[in-house]
Amino acid sequence: MIAIVDYAIGNLAAVANMFNRLGVACEITSDIERIRRAEKIVLPGNGAFDACMQGLRATGLIPLLEERVLHEKTPLLGICVGAQMLGHGSEEGAEPGLGWIDMQAKRLPALLDLRIPHMGWCHVKRSAPAHSLVQGMDEDARFYFVHSYYLATAHAEDVLLTATYGIDFAAAVGQNNIVGVQFHPEKSHSFGKQLLGQFARFS
Amino acid sequence: MVRARVIPCLLLRGHGLVKTRKFKDPVYVGDPVNAVRIFSEKEVDELVILDIDASREGREPNYDLVAEIAGECFMPVAYGGGIKTLDQARKLIRCGIEKVVINSASIESTGFIRTIADVFGSQAVVGSIDARRALLGGHRVFIKSGLVDTKLKPEDHAVALEQAGVGEIFLNSIDCDGQMEGYDIELIKKVSAKVNVPVVACGGAGTLDHMRRAMSESGASAVAAGSMFVFHGKHRAVLINYPTGTEI
Repeated sequence: MIAIVDYAIGNLAAVANMFNRLGVACEITSDIERIRRAEKIVLPGNGAFDACMQGLRATGLIPLLEERVLHEKTPLLGICVGAQMLGHGSEEGAEPGLGWIDMQAKRLPALLDLRIPHMGWCHVKRSAPAHSLVQGMDEDARFYFVHSYYLATAHAEDVLLTATYGIDFAAAVGQNNIVGVQFHPEKSHSFGKQLLGQFARFS
Repeated sequence: MVRARVIPCLLLRGHGLVKTRKFKDPVYVGDPVNAVRIFSEKEVDELVILDIDASREGREPNYDLVAEIAGECFMPVAYGGGIKTLDQARKLIRCGIEKVVINSASIESTGFIRTIADVFGSQAVVGSIDARRALLGGHRVFIKSGLVDTKLKPEDHAVALEQAGVGEIFLNSIDCDGQMEGYDIELIKKVSAKVNVPVVACGGAGTLDHMRRAMSESGASAVAAGSMFVFHGKHRAVLINYPTGTEI
């Protein structure tokens, strides 16, 4: 079972909807026992970074998530702000992140006539084709992004996919069992379905 | 390369989908859940669904229908119609939509837009403007599905919406609605020059060329259309269609 962590933020139904279409068992939950038993964990996130961190902290789940992800090596996928939360923090707020991946969320620069937030579909490039999350990904894969901050990683090898909006930025990051995507796979048609399917097959 | 979003805009009336001309003469075009399922299979960039009677009749959104529609959407979907409070926005987002579209209620007060943006983020709030050309030049903002003249200028109202915290502006031309003769370039240009958030142009698209022009000549970040995606041929036979990825 995949646990989608419910901390009262974001459109969780959409993530569950995509797993249901894939025939993968999942549950939207903040229940300690269920998260303790989950085979995989999805950490969604939407809106302001600080509100998300505060919301997650208020559930009291962070120590359990650390135990499951850092020690038991349970696969975890962060989506959008959920991916940014895997780093040390964000220029958007003052709250510290989880600090599991050596990165920081930075504001997208206002370049040319590009509008912020970056909202729309974007093709991605694979920079670490060996990672199982992005294996078998269509060369034409495109994903739906909506963000004003991007993942700035300290180590290039943590970047799995890149995209371009004025600058090149990390569209997906990963370190073994911990992965994060800046885009919304649950809202990216067959491309997102393929990626979530890969995550569901993770072992 | 930045790929422009091409967005079908569907109008709800009761339990059916309709298409208007100049915001009048709604013609039934089909069942909303069916239509949305087809658009989802065609892998559209995004959908906008507007209940055109909700504000006029002063009633709540139809949450059950919204949830049913959202369940078919593997792409972002925005819903508008009758939204006046944070609680309504919360219920709609829980139904599975990404964005709430605020139109009529933004005239009385922009305060609740800020509240929604603080809770769900700016990306979840779309400020919608229905504009009509004024007799003596310029444009004016209308609300309640085009019935009430607010006397406001769309470019000024767009700035107010941006300051209130919307993540994008959905700009509809009442004059061009359903005409399929091209967008109101002057209107879009005027509004997009004043704001930094993305502007989605709607009203008047009949061809992909109209869309390209709106993008290149007016500064729109995305283009929406109704008739073009639900009608086919000069007799306006109902046929749901959508350009393939490479066409725009």
